[in-house]
Amino acid sequence: MSKFKWSHLYLWVVFALLYLPIGFLIVYSFNSGNVMQGWQGFSWSHYQELFGDAHLLEIVLDTLVLALLSSTLATAIGTMGALWIDRQPRELTKNVLLSLNNILLVSPDVIIGASFLILFTALGFSLGFVSVLLAHIAFSIPIVVLMVLPRLREMNQSLIAAARDLGANSWQVLSQIVLPVIFPGILAGFFMAFTYSLDDFAVTFFVTGNGFTTLSVEIYSRARQGVSLEINALSTMMFLVSLLLVLCYYLIALRPKKPAAARRRRQREVNP
Amino acid sequence: MKTRISWTYLIFYGGWLLLFVIAPLLLLLWQSLNTGSGHLSLDNYGQFFTSGLYLTMAFNSVWYAFLITLVTLLISYPTAYFISQLKHQQFWLLLVILPTWINLLLKTYAFIGLLSHNGVVNSLLAGLGLGSHQLLFTNWSFMLVAAYIEIPFMILPIFNALTEIDPLLSRASQDLGASKWQTWRKVTLPLSMPGVKAGIQAVFIPSLSLFMVTRLIGGNRVITLGTAIEEHFLVTQNWGLGSTIGMILIFAMVIAMILTRDRRKS
Amino acid sequence: MKKILWSCLAIVLAILGLLGLKTYIDYQSGDHVSGDKVLNFYNWGDYIDPDLLTKFTKETGYQVSYKTFDSNEAMYTKIKQGGTSYDLTVPSDYTVQKMAQEGLLEPLDHKRLTGLGNYDRQFMNLSFDRGNRYSVPYFWGTLGILYNSKKYSAQDVAHWDDLWQPKFKQQLMLVDSARDVLGFTLISQGKSVNDQSDADLAAAQGKLTSLMPNVKAIVADELKMYMAQGEANVGVTYSGEAAQAMQNNPDLRYLVPSEGSNEWFDNLVIPKNAKHKDAAYAFINFMSKPENAAQNAKYIGYATPNKKAYDLLPAAIRNDQAFYPKQATLDRLQVYDSFDKTWTEKYNDAFLAFKMSRP
Repeated sequence: MSKFKWSHLYLWVVFALLYLPIGFLIVYSFNSGNVMQGWQGFSWSHYQELFGDAHLLEIVLDTLVLALLSSTLATAIGTMGALWIDRQPRELTKNVLLSLNNILLVSPDVIIGASFLILFTALGFSLGFVSVLLAHIAFSIPIVVLMVLPRLREMNQSLIAAARDLGANSWQVLSQIVLPVIFPGILAGFFMAFTYSLDDFAVTFFVTGNGFTTLSVEIYSRARQGVSLEINALSTMMFLVSLLLVLCYYLIALRPKKPAAARRRRQREVNP
Repeated sequence: MKTRISWTYLIFYGGWLLLFVIAPLLLLLWQSLNTGSGHLSLDNYGQFFTSGLYLTMAFNSVWYAFLITLVTLLISYPTAYFISQLKHQQFWLLLVILPTWINLLLKTYAFIGLLSHNGVVNSLLAGLGLGSHQLLFTNWSFMLVAAYIEIPFMILPIFNALTEIDPLLSRASQDLGASKWQTWRKVTLPLSMPGVKAGIQAVFIPSLSLFMVTRLIGGNRVITLGTAIEEHFLVTQNWGLGSTIGMILIFAMVIAMILTRDRRKS
Repeated sequence: MKKILWSCLAIVLAILGLLGLKTYIDYQSGDHVSGDKVLNFYNWGDYIDPDLLTKFTKETGYQVSYKTFDSNEAMYTKIKQGGTSYDLTVPSDYTVQKMAQEGLLEPLDHKRLTGLGNYDRQFMNLSFDRGNRYSVPYFWGTLGILYNSKKYSAQDVAHWDDLWQPKFKQQLMLVDSARDVLGFTLISQGKSVNDQSDADLAAAQGKLTSLMPNVKAIVADELKMYMAQGEANVGVTYSGEAAQAMQNNPDLRYLVPSEGSNEWFDNLVIPKNAKHKDAAYAFINFMSKPENAAQNAKYIGYATPNKKAYDLLPAAIRNDQAFYPKQATLDRLQVYDSFDKTWTEKYNDAFLAFKMSRP
């Protein structure tokens, strides 16, 4: 029993560390001063500033739409990629494909941004929302593959063989057996892709035109004058909304009884 | 039917590979070989490998990326393991991901506020009678912040691998008289290795090219290959040498991949 | 499979919701940029008083689409690669020269510029753009030393050479820029900031390396924040940055060493592929008006090159010698020339060697 408590303590410490800077910047969003240093008293002024700043709010919405769209599409394509890589019969082909897959992960953003810019201008693409969307999909795909692939490798091959023996076609095998098993990997990939999209600055900067910008680009270019606490207020709002969504998800997930356990049971039933 | 699904994969994923990976890669390769004189040469590579400056930088990058990955792994594995034993795993996992949605620059500024010379951590230390210390611009603070950024990217794949392990296996192992520690070492750890490897790939590789944290928190004490590339692409406009360093990074990545590859035959 | 379908549906709904919200905000704020009466302004982040943009729209009818960048180099790469069209942008001196040489800028028709007479003659017709063929100055400033007056006096940092004193061990913060750091070292050796001799550069690099024990960190824009927080006591930075640090920390002082320094200019230019040149001219003329330039200078805190605007500023600002130095200092300031690739690289390599020389 005592060991159980130790693990909880460890988790508390890790979560405290993860949330320490977040808590710090949330507290300072209420500072009446202008910097994240030296508390000068409570004030709502940065929130008032934020809600009066229609320009910034529109950028936030654009950023979220972009992140949702790009991460969804990247997840779909990345999952296909993982399935495709996984079914390659030769180990060498797999390794080559994986190396190619990871190139965008290793390349610094500036290289990716510059080469995508060259690519888009060479193709005669006008720069704007679509070019940014394509770029975001492109650099999010590899992380999805990385998240999905281990799941596929761990999957019980006899499961698929059994399903085939029972007369299932490829689509049925995919939708009834493979996808449910790798779903947690897909979800992880989606969240990572979402994070990548929200965080990216350099690539977006290069491939965007004069009609579209994202929050990261805006924050980085404002950094010349020091990041204002209005951005803290904005992040606080976004954080609270995400937290709310997570809690909602949690409440919804609580209702049907333990889907993970059910899945495992089903898996075992099919297992010969 | 099977082939039709395969074709769909190929069109989307293969199309992406061709357009956004192979085409830029060829462009990069061409630029690294093109020294402006019209014909191709290995001059840029020669310049890189004969320059003590760049070799030291490459060595530093790899060393710090290794340390950052190690620290991240040491923190993340137990976290992922403990979370996988909790009741509402998905919820806790989302709480791990949530901090990554806050803008990186802003979190870095928050760290500056925490670690600065009269920041929260130093006030705390002073309150405990330990005196105040120079925390910013040290290798420790740089590694701490870098690890902080990377932790979710490590926890996620490890957690995924851990939950995939059939709980019956560890129960069986314990029924057979193995201690919890033995079970972990002989059953859980080997089975979670694919996740660990995916995590290492997702952390080590980007750590080679960190650049904003090196300046803001590290005060440019550590200069990574990423910083050099950024400089060559933007300031000196020497895309040739920038591309060369990029190619070398990609090569390092391939080596890292080979070292962490899955040796099992299917 | 059901789970996946539900997730997709949720995402689609979320996107629709966000788009709806955006339309609503758009409608509410009414600052929708549409039609042909538009100015695509590409500027540094937060580098204009937003009230002036509103005033400009009210006066001329042009809607302003304000997009931002964070470095000359990034802006240059974007404009050079094309795919976008900006009507007006704000490069610094050496970038103006480089862009003009590469044919990226539209020559200005001086007949269409109504406010050129308002500018101080000594900030016009400079080496980076003779006759102001391509550019009109927007703000100007210097490179100098920012110090904490609680710890050191002006005498301690009166000259560039003073930075090498052992008492500044681990006290200095430098700006992360090859031209600036090597520039002040060259000045301290009596050379020009545009020196193109290998021997001089090697000597400067040698001298600079001996500065390393004093250097605490080499940072960029965040220098002003660190200095304001008291993280370091002496910093080498630009006057504009210094002004902002001093607003946040009244103990800070800024000075330009008497042996000279760099002077920089940010300038309004029209890129070659601009689509709304009328709007760009209208904006340059608008910003040349003394009352607008003065309002902007008060908001940003940088020094204005507009003589008539300067006269409108409060006496406290006008007499501040840190930002409007006296003539003797002004005469010793040097402007950067644009270097070719070889020399840009030589300076950068020397600076990189300096940065890597940390024990």
